[in-house]
Amino acid sequence: MKVKSTSAKIGDWVFVLICVLISIICVVPMINLLAKSLSSTDYLVKNAVSLWPKGFNLDAYKTVLSDPKYIRAFFWTVFLTVVCTLVSLTMTVLCAYPLIFDKLKGRGVINIIITITMFFNAGTIPNYLLMQNLGLLDNPLVLILPSCLSVYNMIIMRSFFYGIPDSLRESAEIDGASFIQIMMKIYVPLSKPVMATLALFYAVGRWNGYSDALLYMKKTEFYPLQLLLYNIINNINSVEVATQEGFSSPGLTASLKAAIVMFSTIPILCVYPWLQKYFIHGVTMGAVKE
Amino acid sequence: MTKVKTSKPAVAKKDSTRSYLKRYWQLYLLLSLPLLYLLVFKYIPMVYIQIAFKKYSIIQNVWEMPWAKNHGFEYFIQAFGSNDFRRALRNTVVLNLMDLVIGFPAPIIFALILNELCFKRFKKVVQTVAYMPHFLSWVIIYSLALQLFAPGEGLVNMAIERLGGSSIPFLNDAAHWVGTYIGVGVWQNFGWGSIVYLAAIAGINSELYEAASVDGAGRFRKMWNITLPGIKPTIVVLLIMNLGNILGSNFDRPFAFQNNLVMNVADVISTYVYRTGIKGLQFSLTTAVGLFQSVVGVLFLLMANWLSRKLGERGIW
Repeated sequence: MKVKSTSAKIGDWVFVLICVLISIICVVPMINLLAKSLSSTDYLVKNAVSLWPKGFNLDAYKTVLSDPKYIRAFFWTVFLTVVCTLVSLTMTVLCAYPLIFDKLKGRGVINIIITITMFFNAGTIPNYLLMQNLGLLDNPLVLILPSCLSVYNMIIMRSFFYGIPDSLRESAEIDGASFIQIMMKIYVPLSKPVMATLALFYAVGRWNGYSDALLYMKKTEFYPLQLLLYNIINNINSVEVATQEGFSSPGLTASLKAAIVMFSTIPILCVYPWLQKYFIHGVTMGAVKE
Repeated sequence: MTKVKTSKPAVAKKDSTRSYLKRYWQLYLLLSLPLLYLLVFKYIPMVYIQIAFKKYSIIQNVWEMPWAKNHGFEYFIQAFGSNDFRRALRNTVVLNLMDLVIGFPAPIIFALILNELCFKRFKKVVQTVAYMPHFLSWVIIYSLALQLFAPGEGLVNMAIERLGGSSIPFLNDAAHWVGTYIGVGVWQNFGWGSIVYLAAIAGINSELYEAASVDGAGRFRKMWNITLPGIKPTIVVLLIMNLGNILGSNFDRPFAFQNNLVMNVADVISTYVYRTGIKGLQFSLTTAVGLFQSVVGVLFLLMANWLSRKLGERGIW
C-alpha cells in the first residue's frame, strides 16, 4: 500500500462526508415519523416536532396495540406473507430445477412459454375477469395464488442451480438416486443463500403489496396491512369502521397515524440488514443472467 | 439420449422414448405445477383480450359476445379519442422519461461514490442505510412524504417557514408534485439500483487501476477512464430494459401518490385502467387500452434489444 498524498486524503474525507449526507437523507423521514409517533398531540398541533419527540409518550402505540383491527390485520398479513413465501419458493424450485437438465426434451419450448409471460401481460381487466370466473374475488386465496411464481426470481434460482457442479448430480445418479431425491438432498440444501434472498424478495413483495387486494378483495377483514394503511392515511374509512368507532373525516391524530406506519414498517426493517450479503448476491445474479 | 441401449434397431426408438420417460418423468411431474400456474394465471387471461374487440356483456360467454363496430376497433378509436386516456398516455411517458433521465444515473453515481470509500465498515453501514427505502411500501413512502412535505405541518415546510420562506405545495400542485414524485422515486431506488453496478465494478481488473496510478492518473481520471468503461455493458443492458419499459406503468407508486388536485399530471395508464375499468365498468375500453400498452411495450423492448446489439453490446436475450 502506497502512502497517500494529502490531497488524496482530503478527497477520501469528502466522499465520506457525501455518504454521511446521503445516509441522513435516507433516515430522516423515518426519524421524523418516529418522533411524531412518540410525541403528544399538544406539540403536534403546534407543529413543534421535528426529529426529537416532544411530550414523550407511548399512547399512540398503546392505542394501536390495543385495537383489534390493527392487530388482526397485522397477524393476517404475517400469516399471508409466510404462506406466500413458502408457496412461492416451492413453485420457484419446482420450475427452476427441471430446467437445468439439458437432456430434458421440450426444454426449449418450456423456456419460451415461461419467457413470454415475462414480457407480455394480458392486462388488468382480463386478469380481473379471470379471478371473477375462478370465483376468487373476495376469496383470501386471491392474495396468494395469482402471484405465487415470479419468473424473474425463477431465473435467479436457475442460474444458482447451474452453478452447482454437475458432477455432484451425476455421482448421485450413478448411486441410483431419483431426480426428486437429488433435488431434495443436493440442490435444496446447497441453495440456502439463494433461498434466503428469494424468500426476502417474495416476503417483501407480499408485505408491501396492496394493489391486488385493492382490485380483488372487498372484504375488509382480509385487507392486508398496507391497504388498511392506505385507507387510514387517505381517511377512507369503511362504513363499518366509521359507525363502530365514530371516526369522522379529520381522521386519526397525527401521532396515531405515525404509530401505525411505524408498526407496519418495523418487521421488514428488522429483517433485511441480516440478509444483506445474500440479497446482494441474488440481485447480482439476476442481472448477469446468461 | 439415454444410457440404455436396445438390441433391436426396429423397436429402438419406441424403447428409447419409454426409457427416456422412465428416467425423466419426475422432472415433468415437478414442472407440471408451475406450468399449470402459468397456464391458468398468465395464458388463460389472454383469452379475455378479445373483449377489446367485442362489446362486453356480463351475461354472455367471451366467445359469444358480439364484435364491436369499426371491424372490432371501436374501443381503440374511442380510447384515442378520449382526453382522459390521452392524458394518461402522456403522463405515463413523461413520468417514465423523467424517471429515466433523473432516476437512472443516480445509482451509477452512488456506486461510483461508494467505490471511492476506503473505510470498509463505514461503506457497509452506508449501503445498509441506502438499501432501506427499497424495502418500504409505496403507501409507507407516501405517508413519509406527507409527514415531510405537507403544507404547514411537514418537516421541510416547517424549515422553509422558519427560514423565512413561504410553504411549498409539494404534493398539491402539478409541477411540484411531479418533482416530488420523481425525487421520491430516486430516493427509493438509488441504493438498491447501485448493487448491480457495485458488482460490475468489483469485476474490473484491479491491475488497470494500479497501472493508471503508476502513470499518475488521479481519482477522477481513473473513474472516467477505467470504472465507467468497465461498467458500460451493465449500464447499457439496464438502460435498454428501462427504455423497453417506457410505456410500462407500475400501479402502486402513482396510485399511492395521486390526489384530486394533481390528476392532470398524475394519472397514468395503470391508474386510468383501474378507475375507468374496474370502478367505471368500461371493460372493453380498458382491455383495449391494456392490450395497446402490452403490445407497444413488447415492440419497444424488441427495438431496444435490437439497438443494443447494433451498438455492439450484448442484448438482454
